[in-house]
Amino acid sequence: MAAYKPVVVQACPKLGERITQDTLYWRGYKTPVQIKEFGAVNKIDFSPVPPYNYAVTASSRIHIYGRYSHEPIKTFSRFRDAAYCATYRDDGRLLVAGSEDRSISLFDVSGKAPLRQFEGHTKPVHLVGFLSDKYRIFSGGDDYSSKLWDIPSATEIISYSEHTDYVRCGCASKVNADVFITGSYDHTVKLFDARTKSSVMTIEHGHPVESVLLFPSGGLLVSAGGRYVKVWDVLKGGQLLVSLKNHHKTVTCLCLNSSGQRLLSGSLDRHVKIYSTTSYKVVHSFNYATSILSLALSPEDETIVVGMTNGVLNVKHRKPEEKNESSQKKRQPAYRTYVKGKSYMPKQEDFCVSKPVKRVLRKYDKLLRSFQSSKALDAVLEPPIMLHTPEVTVAVMQELHRRGTLRSALAGRDEKQVNLLLTFVARRVIEPRFTPVLVIVADMITDIYQPVVGQSAIVDKQFLKLQQAIGKEIDYQEELLEVLGMMDTLFATFIKKSDMCLEENKSNGVTEIIETNRNY
Amino acid sequence: RRCPRGLRLPRGARASWAGVTAFPPRRYLLYASGDFVKVHSVNTEETLGLLCGHADLVTDIQLNPHNHMQLYSSSLDGTIKLWDFMDGIPIKTFTVGSKLLALYALASAEDSVFVVIPKKGERDTFQLVSVKLTKGAGQDLEGKELSVVLDGVGASPKQIAFGREDSYVVSVKDVNLQVYFFKQKLLNRFSLSTAKTKGGDNRFSCVVCHPKEDCIATGHADGKIRLWRNFHHKKAYTYSALHWHHDIVMDLAYSLEGTRLLSGGVESVLVQWHNESSCQKDFLPRLGSPIECISMSSDGVLCCTLHTDNRITIINSNLRFSRSIQGLIKSRDVKTGLVVDPRTKALVLNGEPGHLQFYSLQSDQQLFSLDIVQRQYIHQAGLKQSDLVKVAFSARGSWLATVEESEEVADPELQLKLWFYSEETQSFALNTRINIPHDNHITDMCFRDMDELGDDSLILVTTGRDCVFKVWVMVGDSDPEAHQSVSWSCDFVGSYHNYQATNCCFSEDGSLLAVSFEETVTVWDSLTWDLKCTFCHPPGNIRNICFGRLTCSKYLIGATDYGFLCCWNLLTCALEWSAHLNVVVLQPDPLSEHIAAVSWLSKESSLFVFKPSEPWPVYIQRNLCKEKILLAAFVPRDEPEMINSEKYLWLRKSQLFFLTDTQELMTLSTKSLEERLTPSSKQLAVEESLPVTPFSVLLGKHRRQQAQEDTDLGKPVVHNRQEQASPAVKELLHTPAHVLPSASFLCTIFINSLLISKENKSAEEVADEVEMESEKAEDESDEEDVTAMEQEDTSPMELLGEMTCKLSKSQEKELRKIRKMDYSWLSAF
Repeated sequence: MAAYKPVVVQACPKLGERITQDTLYWRGYKTPVQIKEFGAVNKIDFSPVPPYNYAVTASSRIHIYGRYSHEPIKTFSRFRDAAYCATYRDDGRLLVAGSEDRSISLFDVSGKAPLRQFEGHTKPVHLVGFLSDKYRIFSGGDDYSSKLWDIPSATEIISYSEHTDYVRCGCASKVNADVFITGSYDHTVKLFDARTKSSVMTIEHGHPVESVLLFPSGGLLVSAGGRYVKVWDVLKGGQLLVSLKNHHKTVTCLCLNSSGQRLLSGSLDRHVKIYSTTSYKVVHSFNYATSILSLALSPEDETIVVGMTNGVLNVKHRKPEEKNESSQKKRQPAYRTYVKGKSYMPKQEDFCVSKPVKRVLRKYDKLLRSFQSSKALDAVLEPPIMLHTPEVTVAVMQELHRRGTLRSALAGRDEKQVNLLLTFVARRVIEPRFTPVLVIVADMITDIYQPVVGQSAIVDKQFLKLQQAIGKEIDYQEELLEVLGMMDTLFATFIKKSDMCLEENKSNGVTEIIETNRNY
Repeated sequence: RRCPRGLRLPRGARASWAGVTAFPPRRYLLYASGDFVKVHSVNTEETLGLLCGHADLVTDIQLNPHNHMQLYSSSLDGTIKLWDFMDGIPIKTFTVGSKLLALYALASAEDSVFVVIPKKGERDTFQLVSVKLTKGAGQDLEGKELSVVLDGVGASPKQIAFGREDSYVVSVKDVNLQVYFFKQKLLNRFSLSTAKTKGGDNRFSCVVCHPKEDCIATGHADGKIRLWRNFHHKKAYTYSALHWHHDIVMDLAYSLEGTRLLSGGVESVLVQWHNESSCQKDFLPRLGSPIECISMSSDGVLCCTLHTDNRITIINSNLRFSRSIQGLIKSRDVKTGLVVDPRTKALVLNGEPGHLQFYSLQSDQQLFSLDIVQRQYIHQAGLKQSDLVKVAFSARGSWLATVEESEEVADPELQLKLWFYSEETQSFALNTRINIPHDNHITDMCFRDMDELGDDSLILVTTGRDCVFKVWVMVGDSDPEAHQSVSWSCDFVGSYHNYQATNCCFSEDGSLLAVSFEETVTVWDSLTWDLKCTFCHPPGNIRNICFGRLTCSKYLIGATDYGFLCCWNLLTCALEWSAHLNVVVLQPDPLSEHIAAVSWLSKESSLFVFKPSEPWPVYIQRNLCKEKILLAAFVPRDEPEMINSEKYLWLRKSQLFFLTDTQELMTLSTKSLEERLTPSSKQLAVEESLPVTPFSVLLGKHRRQQAQEDTDLGKPVVHNRQEQASPAVKELLHTPAHVLPSASFLCTIFINSLLISKENKSAEEVADEVEMESEKAEDESDEEDVTAMEQEDTSPMELLGEMTCKLSKSQEKELRKIRKMDYSWLSAF
């Protein structure tokens, strides 16, 4: 004997973006805070030590922002011209910045005036940074040279003039105090060792290099330039590992998240893409208002700061972790109520009476079980079901049609209910998954209520709406067919003449697949 | 001499019964099933014994009221048998002579039983007679002392009932009720008005009597139950009606004390009425299928219902479902065909509505029933039910594809479902559901069977009447957090000149797919989905196609509507041979090269087993059965059977099963009749005498008699282009223009065909016979054979414009000719 089988509600897989752990994680930010700077933001750098202030380089100023402040807590403005690339030292106490006026300035984060000035570049300096031994600074300038400076003596240690174009980006290795890399507009990334007189390795990126990044392990190198982000294996002598082409404009900045599992890239196409560093697939992307120049992520991914060409600084803070305390507060029965009697093992002479499992049926199922079709239809026409789960309503309608009682269930309704029904049908009949059933329903309604047309303005209006919806859908379908026809001709032109008859089939196949895709 | 017969497997044809014997805690359920009576233990749920001995259908069984360990059974073969059912021994056999349709044994009448027999001289009239059971020694006794009790009774055992203390007998037929009182010898007749009331017709369907009171309950075709009282008086009788059923009441039963009345009908709901009032009733709903019989056990504790789908349900007295006994379920229409589950070797076919049953042939038991449609089944006339129409298993049985559609012709609600066998739950779980896979009915479906490549290469092909075939492939889901790792989606849609696709079939290695489009068979490459070649044998649509297996994998077999069986060679793309045979079923054996073809001609089914490489059959069985065979299946044997006879070597690895249009499942046995009957034979021979198989005659006889044998064989297997010249022209004219090569190719063939060759004639006639002849005729016939082969080989090849290897072949033939000449010269010595 079979139990009553509930109505099968056909779940449709949701199209579009799939919810993954990543989307949940990266969506967990508050609405962004917008701060207006004086010019395009060319560099954002987080202090590596708490409270994780960040330095924003824009125009001729460097602003230091606190974690939650919207006003700069400190400003370095003693630049004669535009400042570039303000970078913190590993201990967060020193800050170095290049400048359009060819000098490099070293600041104490607590002081105001520069501690040291490094003069030597003949052109603006766009790249400065500390080596990981904390006592040396590397720099790259528009004079095609990259230099190494000693902080205590403020003297130049060595100068490399190997690039053939502007040096615009670079970074130091965290594992080796002598190694740093620079990227240049001459399409190359060069790896320098301070102990040697020339570059150790040259990597051909293929486009003007806008940003480079070394993984914390020092083994992988990421370069961005043009529309490409490329990952290179340094230990294998600069072998290309993967080339990512997910932006449609120049990629300007790169950044790793705190765990090193995700790589972020910002581009002039207003997007920030987040890649998994294991599969190098895009797992999430952010959308911004204007082209992005710089990007930084605070430790623990607490804050995402994005600088844009129009001088707007976009700061996103992470939402605090939701606490489940409120739900936990609800007092639950003691543990022993659950295990009460459960531990009893029946003896051999005991007669076991099993408690029948109570099956929970939805309201419409209960009504359908007792063949109350009209009431079952009423149950699924209630607004919550009708609005949020239209598939349930349609499934019940289909079941009623299968039982042959749909007509009687639809008949004998008053103005309000007919209005409700027609609203539903007019709205949903164009959805492909509901169309077959709702066309039948619409037919029946028009059949049943045809004699009373004209007696109620509301119902008449709904009928007109239904007509409009169907007319619109027909036009739309015609347009789609036209597009299919055009595509067919396009496919036909790709085909070689020799095996015409075979390919004819194939092109049919392609369009058919497209059609089926549309259907489901 | 061994002779194979169609064997009827035990299927409970009609289980009429005597319920349960009252020996708590041991209870037995006895039921008639076909020609046997089965003894089933209620406690242990196993079949304890099989009472066999009747030569025809057992119509009724009754416990001996004087000895509860004995059982009376009546059969259409005109005998009443008294059994000791515990030991399964017949005690006595009473021969009555005429067909016995129902049997009643009464406690009051010790030496006689009542039976219903057809009235002599009149058709469709039956009478209730009492048979005096003579007491004698011996086992076989005569029961010829008949005395008529009632005339004009119904043929069904349900239409007669005996009243309280056996003082009266009630019989219903159409709208008449007659009550006969034994003591008073009084016959009272009552009749209902024949005028159709608004509820439909009120004819009687069944009758029971109250065990303690004078009350008769009758069931009616319009769903009413009437309770008759005071029927001693012709005029002053009264009746009240109980009405719940919406359609015919199939059977009624009173409880032991008569306080409860059980009724059942097509709604498959068991209704329990209390105190004869219509307000108090209990229901046991959803019993699966219409209830045909209700029976109470003699101690009143259990109740059994017999259903139309060959199932018995045992129900507790408090109306709780207890258990069910199930054989092969009869469904209305086996649309799925006979499919063999590779995992369990069970036969898979339509079961309950919307279910797929897995039926174990070894144990005659239903293994399990898989709910495919997953919808509440509502029995109502005129309702469009959706049912299962196609089933396919993957090679290892890990995937199952099912197609269900509603009965509506115009807009079938098609659903393609793919099920994955999960090892943990040991059952199939739904993986993918595809709504509207085709715009019209799906005609065929098959998996690509590739054992060595594993499940990743699985491909499913469906063909539809919407003129396309679709290829479905598994798509892995890269997201590790997704609920399931694979799903199915459409990969390719192919069509051919807007013809309806009718059949599809993969070659054994999975590299080729054959799809038939009405008259044409198309062969596709399964890697690139390119059309490789087409075959056509006009006129007539292709009915069945299949690829040859193992050594014959280069052949493609097709059967057409106009009664042709064609074999195409895939290497030469030419017709190898064809035969005139109205093939209904074409079934390849998965374990050997053999292909079974069942033909339907002049009201009898015949079986031909052949290898595609040879145009003559390996085995012929004419007149296999009188019913039309609709489906066939090869079921692999667990271990190859030792078969002595040469004739049945093709049955060594697998067994052949048939399903006829009367829903009988039959098999072909290799053992002789005697061998089969010696063990407690569960099988029964259908027929005794069979003509000598033409095949054996064919083998033994000489060539001279060939003409006669040809007529004997009806339409023998004919070689392609037996008549000279004209077939080439015929083929040229009949083949659709798009299949033909260019005219320049055809010109030479056409002209050649008009030339008359002399030595041809005799050679071709004998061509098929020659090789089967013993070697004595070899010297002369071989030469002819060679010439015949030459003719055959070149012409179809030329037809399709492939002339590449012709020269070398002819050279080879020259060489062979010389060699054979040599041989003949030697043999002369």
